[in-house]
Amino acid sequence: MAVDRLSLEIPDRAITVLVGPSGCGKTTTLRMINRMVEPSEGSILLDGRDIRQQPVNTLRRSMGYVIQNAGLFQHRTILDNIATVPRLLGWGKQKARARAAELMERVGLDTALAKRYPYQLSGGQQQRVGVARALAADPPVLLMDEPFSAVDPVVRKGLQDELLRIQDELGKTIVFVTHDIDEAIKLGTKVAVLRTGGRLAQFAPPAELLSAPADSFVEDFLGADRGIRRLSFFPSAGLELQTAPIVAIDADAARLASRAPAAPFLLVTDLDGRPLGWSEPDRLTAGAIDPGRLLDFGRPFVPGTDSLRTALDGAVLSPTGWAVAVDGEGRAVGVVSQQVIGEAIRAAHSGVAEREDAEAGR
Amino acid sequence: MNGFFDLPSDLQHSYLGLVGLHLREALLPVLAGLLVSLPVAQLCVRFRWIYPPVLGVTTVLYAIPSLAFFVVLIDYFGQSETTVMIPLALYSLVVLVPAIVDGVRSVPPETLAAAQAMGFGAVRRYFQVQLPIAAPAIIAGLRVATVSSISLVSVGMLIGNQGALGNMLYDAQIYHRPALAVNSVLTIAVLGILADAVLVLVRLLLTPWMPRKGTTR
Repeated sequence: MAVDRLSLEIPDRAITVLVGPSGCGKTTTLRMINRMVEPSEGSILLDGRDIRQQPVNTLRRSMGYVIQNAGLFQHRTILDNIATVPRLLGWGKQKARARAAELMERVGLDTALAKRYPYQLSGGQQQRVGVARALAADPPVLLMDEPFSAVDPVVRKGLQDELLRIQDELGKTIVFVTHDIDEAIKLGTKVAVLRTGGRLAQFAPPAELLSAPADSFVEDFLGADRGIRRLSFFPSAGLELQTAPIVAIDADAARLASRAPAAPFLLVTDLDGRPLGWSEPDRLTAGAIDPGRLLDFGRPFVPGTDSLRTALDGAVLSPTGWAVAVDGEGRAVGVVSQQVIGEAIRAAHSGVAEREDAEAGR
Repeated sequence: MNGFFDLPSDLQHSYLGLVGLHLREALLPVLAGLLVSLPVAQLCVRFRWIYPPVLGVTTVLYAIPSLAFFVVLIDYFGQSETTVMIPLALYSLVVLVPAIVDGVRSVPPETLAAAQAMGFGAVRRYFQVQLPIAAPAIIAGLRVATVSSISLVSVGMLIGNQGALGNMLYDAQIYHRPALAVNSVLTIAVLGILADAVLVLVRLLLTPWMPRKGTTR
């Protein structure tokens, strides 16, 4: 049996991800929603109504569908591909094409590609066309079947970010199938982990999945570094930043001397305040700082925007064990040690535990 | 009155008249074959099990010599163009049915799934998705069927002046005018090449969506 007694309540205007190993019935589940697969038992309700109450093609035209490899119509132009469902719904050619052009911009495609054919586009561009085509008739529901798994990781990340951006703007009810747990955690408002036979292992928001996997199957599926990945859900805004160990490259001897006791290392910035690298204070000579001899400062994080995971990553990457915080323009606004990040992580954990206790005690 | 394009009066046609007749006798059977092949091929795609027997039947039909067909068909249609064209139409099936089946099957499964998911009914999906995408394969089949039909029409000569340009071969013998035979063979060859070129052109016009040699992304 492909899917056995699965019961899910999919929230409106949010991304629900179905994730699981191959053969777990996630695609079958998705295809039951638009009746490409008919369940032998049970029912699916959409806004309280059984989906079998309307003609099957009416149902399908009210749901966008995005598929692996895009599944574009190779014999139609990009514009006509996107205009497919509006045309099926009886829109005039002009109106449908105008709508298609509007969607090309929405998904980040150059409208100069409108008259091209699918073979002339890259895999990532084709996938964007696939998303635009699914959105064309403005359906309330979007079904996505491993839409990004056939493109390379860099393009995939771009498409994922774009999907989140589009979702912020449009607020669709999205059901997204993937076998990639990282993708599930990144995109999902709620994630349903399925095991073979379409049995639900856990249905929870990603942070909860990481902090409290329901059983060893979910834990194994999440992989070894779920502790680290969970940090993605903790904001870095509360980190206590130090500004004392930051010196500009033109700092004079007095300034260097006054800053030296602040930390075992000083962060040297250029004249605009952008970080150049770390150095031990006694290796710095006023007026003769050589940027080439500074230690790597890792990857800076943006407090408030980035998570504790990014901050910790920055600290781990730098040989000094300190992470650099920058503002939106890349100017150093402070530095923070691994120790402080570690304390912040512990505080975040206990905060979550207290909240959970409070909820349990209600 | 013995120029290269002057024909004996028993042929009952001018040179261009024979060319027209030849094209009609060659192309109508291919057209009929296409009209039969399309639904037959669709059945073969829909119900996989009937494809092998269908292939078997068309192959056997192709193996029957046209003379044998003529013997049977003359009883019904006399020494007519119809008698020549029926075997030609049947022969075209051996090329067209597999060409269309392969073409329709070459439509990627995700394209079909996408069409289904967007709410295409079966008929609309056939005409708007499967058939257009199969067009290159179908035209490839039509090219073979057309050229072979153009050359096969000549055998109609055997049932009494129904072979169009092929009739010139017979006259070349009885009137000792080898030039007539040369003319017949050359004209048939040129017709074949021209018909093939026209079909290539049709394909280019119908499929602007196919990757062309020398183009890049």
